[in-house]
Amino acid sequence: MNPFGAYKKVVSARSTLKEVLKKAQDGGIVSTAFIYGLENNLLDGVIVADNAGEFQAVPKVATTPEEVLEAAGTKYTVCPNISVLKSAVREYGCEKIGVVGTPCQVRAVRKLMKYPIGFRHVPDKIALIIGIFCMENFPYQGLKLIVEEHCGVKMEDVVKMDIGKGKFWVYTKWGETKAIKLKETHPYEQIACHVCTDYTAELADISTGSVGSPDGWSTVFIRTAKAEEIFNKMVEDGYLEVKPIEEVKPGLGLVEKLAKTKKEKNMKEIGHRKELGLPVPY
Amino acid sequence: MVKVAHVQLCSCCGCLVSLADTYEKLLDVLNSIELVYCQTLADAREIPECDIALVEGSVCLDDHHSLEVAKEVREKAKIVVALGACAATGGVTRYCRGNQLSKPVHSSFSPLTEVIKVDLAIPGCPPSPEAIVSVITAALNGDMEYLQPFAELAENGSEACGCDVINKVVNKSLCMGCGTCASACPTRAIEMLDGRPNILKELCIKCGACSVQCPRIRFPELIEKIE
Ligand SMILES: Cc1cc2nc3c(=O)[nH]c(=O)nc-3n(C[C@H](O)[C@H](O)[C@H](O)COP(=O)(O)OP(=O)(O)OC[C@H]3O[C@@H](n4cnc5c(N)ncnc54)[C@H](O)[C@@H]3O)c2cc1C
Ligand code: SF4
Ligand code: SF4
Ligand code: SF4
Repeated sequence: MNPFGAYKKVVSARSTLKEVLKKAQDGGIVSTAFIYGLENNLLDGVIVADNAGEFQAVPKVATTPEEVLEAAGTKYTVCPNISVLKSAVREYGCEKIGVVGTPCQVRAVRKLMKYPIGFRHVPDKIALIIGIFCMENFPYQGLKLIVEEHCGVKMEDVVKMDIGKGKFWVYTKWGETKAIKLKETHPYEQIACHVCTDYTAELADISTGSVGSPDGWSTVFIRTAKAEEIFNKMVEDGYLEVKPIEEVKPGLGLVEKLAKTKKEKNMKEIGHRKELGLPVPY
Repeated sequence: MVKVAHVQLCSCCGCLVSLADTYEKLLDVLNSIELVYCQTLADAREIPECDIALVEGSVCLDDHHSLEVAKEVREKAKIVVALGACAATGGVTRYCRGNQLSKPVHSSFSPLTEVIKVDLAIPGCPPSPEAIVSVITAALNGDMEYLQPFAELAENGSEACGCDVINKVVNKSLCMGCGTCASACPTRAIEMLDGRPNILKELCIKCGACSVQCPRIRFPELIEKIE
């Protein structure tokens, strides 16, 4: 089983922009690529997930580096990023759009590019698709319950959440850190995630996530020629520092393990659903 | 040269505008096709024998002329394409219950797919120019893999409504909240609430765009090839 989908190269990388590192989830690859794109006219609008307060997420078309920064960091809840794609073209007049999304959202974008029934003059304006690794997502009420009931932290006090090392972490504005075992969060997962077999956003131009790289760094798959060109320029112009993935810990092996786990587990769920006569994505 | 006809039944010309809105791509396509019939763009009275007929609009069952044209298209064309929501799924004409002021009475409309055998259906109100060009190009090249979803819609998809994403995706716990359906909707009948589509029935024109764009309803394997 191919765990990652097709790619040209995979590295460990980190932004050099201080303001990005302050707000970003991991190595700040997404925000840096978008800021670089906007500053260098490769992009004129990007779709991001803005924090609507207490880690509720709303999709936003960002046209300035400041807006990209505001939306940095992971919200572990469903954010319908693709819902604003058409308004990025029609209302914002964007012609070179960057989109960030979970693997399922990246798949949605690829589908609408190939079969653009309801997307007049949109596909040719999608300039860069960045995918973020994803094992599962949570409906907002589920996330709130995890944070407030299980971690014992008020949503309004949270500054960052993270998943790593088998735990769900919450950081508060008072400098506290709370963590619970990831196992405790499973009941609150979005069930639709259980038929998803894509961990590393296999259809994105660039995919990135924390797993595989040291804290504060990101693992980055460069999948398409377009992405390779942009990524190389970002490195040349000093926006990113890069290390070979072979030289970092825990390395690609862990990404592979998780990607395979997701595929196997969810293929089983798909099989189970088929047996019950329930529809599955096909 | 491949002979293409554009046939209009009960419709608003929106699909034709979309066909014409392909700019330079239409020229590319026109180099390999001959538009042999199109009431708006070509001077021909009779529907001639042709390879592909793009049929726009639904069929008025109270108008035998309309029914005859539909039959005639089936006889004359090798491939019949239901172009746009009215032909594919009934679209906005699904609402017609008669009593319009105009005479003769036009009270009942069926999508073309329910009246004759249709080979390919492209929903959407109107479908994007890109989709039309892709379908014509694939038909010219015999790319059946690409066309498969359109063939399935011609076969099974004679009804559409915003509720489809609720019934087929949300109710089956397949919706992961990407928001593509909301973006696809031409009338903004879909808003996303708590990461799920909510359908404003008053605004839905039953064009089918939301459900055909949903990645959880049909995801052809060829999409996986990205470069
Ligand atoms: C639900 C979810 C599950 C994840 N699971 C994993 C995992 O298992 N393993 C792993 O390595 N990484 C996972 N990630 C990815 C990781 O959390 C980071 O998003 C990623 O490493 C990018 O970090 P960054 O510092 O490069 O990006 P940043 O510069 O911080 O930018 C992150 C970008 O993602 C956007 N974003 C934030 N939340 C969402 C959302 N819910 N939906 C869509 N877009 C969003 C933001 O708007 C921002 O533009 C997950 C992310 C999400 C949203
Ligand atoms: S697990 Fe899959 S379906 Fe769920 S949010 Fe992540 S990418 Fe989407
Ligand atoms: S909700 Fe919108 S996209 Fe869906 S069928 Fe109705 S009008 Fe078309
Ligand atoms: S397009 Fe996305 S949001 Fe809409 S029903 Fe399908 S999965 Fe859900």
